[in-house]
Amino acid sequence: MQKAESKIHSPVEEDLYRKFGQALFIAQPSADETLTLWVHRDRLIDVLQYLKPKFSMLYDLFAIDERTRANRSGQPASDFTIVYQLLSLDRNEDIRIKVALSESSLNIPTIISLWPNANWYEREVWDMFGVIVSGHPNLYRILLPPTWEGHALRKDHPARATEMGEFEMGPERVAKEQEALRFRPEQWGMKKASDDSEYMFLNLGPNHPSVHGVFRVALQLDGEVIIDSVPDIGYHHRGAEKMGERQTWHTFIPYTDRIDYLGGVMNNLAYIQSVEMLAGIEVPERAKIIRIMLSELFRISSHLVFYGTFVQDVGQMSPVFYMFADREKLFGIIEAITGGRMHPAWFRIGGVAADLPNGWDRMIREFIDFLPARLDHYDKMAMQNKMLKARTVGIGVYTQQEALDWGITGPGLRATGIDWDVRKKRPYGGYDQFDFEVPTSNNGDCYDRAELRIEEMRQSLKIIRQCLDNMPGGPYKSDHPQTTPPPKERTMEDIETLIHHFLNVSWGPVIPEGEASVMIEATKGINSYHLISDGGTNSYRTRIRTPSFPHLQQIPLISKGLMIPDLIAIIASIDFVMADVDR
Amino acid sequence: MSELMPVLLALTILIGGVAGAAILTWFERRLLGVWQDRHGPNRLGPLGIGQVLADMIKLLFKDDWVPPFSDKVVFIFAPTAIVVAMMMGFAVVPFAPGMMIIDVNIGLLFFLGMTSLAVYSVLLGGLASNNKYALLGGLRSAAQMVSYEVFMGLSLMGVVMMSGSFSLVDIVEAQTDVWFCFSQILGLIVFVIAGIAESHRLPFDLPEAEHELTAGFHTEYGGMKFAMFMLGEYLGLMLISCMIVTLFFGGWHGPALIGHWLPPLFWFGFKVFIIICFFVLLRAAIPRPRYDQLMSLGWKVMLPITLINLVITGAVLLWMEGAA
Repeated sequence: MQKAESKIHSPVEEDLYRKFGQALFIAQPSADETLTLWVHRDRLIDVLQYLKPKFSMLYDLFAIDERTRANRSGQPASDFTIVYQLLSLDRNEDIRIKVALSESSLNIPTIISLWPNANWYEREVWDMFGVIVSGHPNLYRILLPPTWEGHALRKDHPARATEMGEFEMGPERVAKEQEALRFRPEQWGMKKASDDSEYMFLNLGPNHPSVHGVFRVALQLDGEVIIDSVPDIGYHHRGAEKMGERQTWHTFIPYTDRIDYLGGVMNNLAYIQSVEMLAGIEVPERAKIIRIMLSELFRISSHLVFYGTFVQDVGQMSPVFYMFADREKLFGIIEAITGGRMHPAWFRIGGVAADLPNGWDRMIREFIDFLPARLDHYDKMAMQNKMLKARTVGIGVYTQQEALDWGITGPGLRATGIDWDVRKKRPYGGYDQFDFEVPTSNNGDCYDRAELRIEEMRQSLKIIRQCLDNMPGGPYKSDHPQTTPPPKERTMEDIETLIHHFLNVSWGPVIPEGEASVMIEATKGINSYHLISDGGTNSYRTRIRTPSFPHLQQIPLISKGLMIPDLIAIIASIDFVMADVDR
Repeated sequence: MSELMPVLLALTILIGGVAGAAILTWFERRLLGVWQDRHGPNRLGPLGIGQVLADMIKLLFKDDWVPPFSDKVVFIFAPTAIVVAMMMGFAVVPFAPGMMIIDVNIGLLFFLGMTSLAVYSVLLGGLASNNKYALLGGLRSAAQMVSYEVFMGLSLMGVVMMSGSFSLVDIVEAQTDVWFCFSQILGLIVFVIAGIAESHRLPFDLPEAEHELTAGFHTEYGGMKFAMFMLGEYLGLMLISCMIVTLFFGGWHGPALIGHWLPPLFWFGFKVFIIICFFVLLRAAIPRPRYDQLMSLGWKVMLPITLINLVITGAVLLWMEGAA
């Protein structure tokens, strides 16, 4: 531990020490080897300001309730810790800045002026932990209902409904909740009228055909022109992060499937890689390739849904049916391999749940031979359609700088010409062995975002074909005591094996203490699970960084001055699911 | 007997129109199903045609709710207006020689007048609902339909010039040898586009635009009042198809050479059927333009085309007269 602290492992760390003095910082080692520095609250803004030119993106901002954590050696005393994770795209580097807060003084300064996407993250920190963000323009609850009592991710907040007293939804409660949801323009600093006309305030959602789930955008309209808008999220919040603290390392896997519910097992990958990093588990080659193959199949599946709904939201009725029919074929394959369809929860710590079934290669080969012609067909039908182009080209444009400021990742970022794909830049789980391209384009509009996803499907097919042609043999799961119980036959032979088997299947694995997060290029952008283990059978803190959350936050910026149909095109082109936003 | 004929015919058309619109709801869904690799309603009765009955029963038994915040009289009146106006429009359609309710010398103007009346239905329904989405739908319909009315009328003037009459029978007779769809191709294109806009179907269903305005002008409507709007829409579709056939595709005349093999009523019905299928195909295939794009298409493209068509038609007619 002492050695790790004294070693300076990056120029940024050196710069920081030179500028602010080494005494200001406490370095913390982490399992993912990301530079993690503790900073005192008073100097936080100075440090972040200094880092801003080097780290263009605020990747994540979250809090940790440290009050019941046992293993915190080498870390400064803290009741609540705020974590700022910054990402530098050009240098491909991360830094985590941590701030310790004591329970008696729970407040931090806002950093919205540095990274505008901090807005929602800071609201989430307030909502979930009750940490006051001073200087924040609208510090309201974001995920929980405005009438909620308590801060849900605090350790003393109950995790189960049965601990909370009976829930009643009588007429009084209904009236109160509805009143709480009423949109008040003055709360957001909106004027009710201009000099010559009165504005109309329209609730688009939470139940609206085109908001892809339960999502509300309150619009300030002049005729049909959008003056301003306030996205309202949280209707799909299920407390996934809280559940992560209660489930064992293994039993949380099915919950991850339901975060980005179109991404299926790809969600497992983000979670499991962090667990494996914490436990130091090596995954066998075959398992890696199987994981990549299934993840890419799910990328295609998710993009097909995007494609269909995007075109449908622009008003073209038919293509979505073709795309769902293709996706159905894909689900046939997923079902044959995993037994599940949308949420197979099929990856396991250290590998996958089972080996590939006989004949898997034939099914997949048929599909990857079949799809390209269909994609060409759809291209003619939808993407080349002049009316669709008229509706989407030049609509919802943002620049590279805006994309970075707002934490946009995935195809949304690449549509502005930044060629940043985690699979290429930080090849995880075996992606370095594959030959594929990262499509980019330069306009940053709705049309480009759609086109990139379509090209990504072709690239995914290329990756799957390589998996198919080069599937290695060997085990599908690593032979590691944390992942695989001892052979059942031997449990009746000696007590040691019996005990280990029993513990492993009843309690689940004990993951060594530490912190880790691994980015993956998920269907919608960068997804990662920041896991903190306190050396137990479940996670101490599970932070799920999803791409859709910051993407939605940007809607007001890019829809200003456009019309309602443009907003629909923008929403469609972002490609989000509310489960991924609200968690 | 001869005095009873128009009455009988009127009753037949009234019942036939409603039944036709009902069957059309099923037919459209089946046809869309064929084009979209799916089945459509295929469970009840042969080919699923019983679905029509099931839908009607469902709509009849729905709660007949009038929103307390709406303008109640107008709210109830609006859906009837569209059905009445469209039904009246059928009065001047010549289905076959002698088979029409009334042959007036201003048949064409009567048709245009009736479709204009139908606009009020959508407009009033949207405004009376006192709902923001309905209001936006109503606003869109006002702008869209008022502009498309202009080209709709103008696009038909070429036909009137060539046949020298506003009477639909005269117009059909004038097409005995050559259908106007060749000489009046520009008029036909504009009329078809304006016709879709008038009957507010996809791609020009902006007052409804479910992806943008949930259900637009009829957001607050349910049960039979909603059914009336749908009935009106399908009647409108049939009426526009009938008019396209009458004005541009020779009405009851069959194609040259084989035309006399089958009765005129068959040819009329067959052509209307083809046009309806074409409208369904349009709905399946084309995305919806934005409201301002639709407007600029109207005023910047359609209006000049119509005017050019008029000038050319007039010039050619004068030249031919001079030559004769």
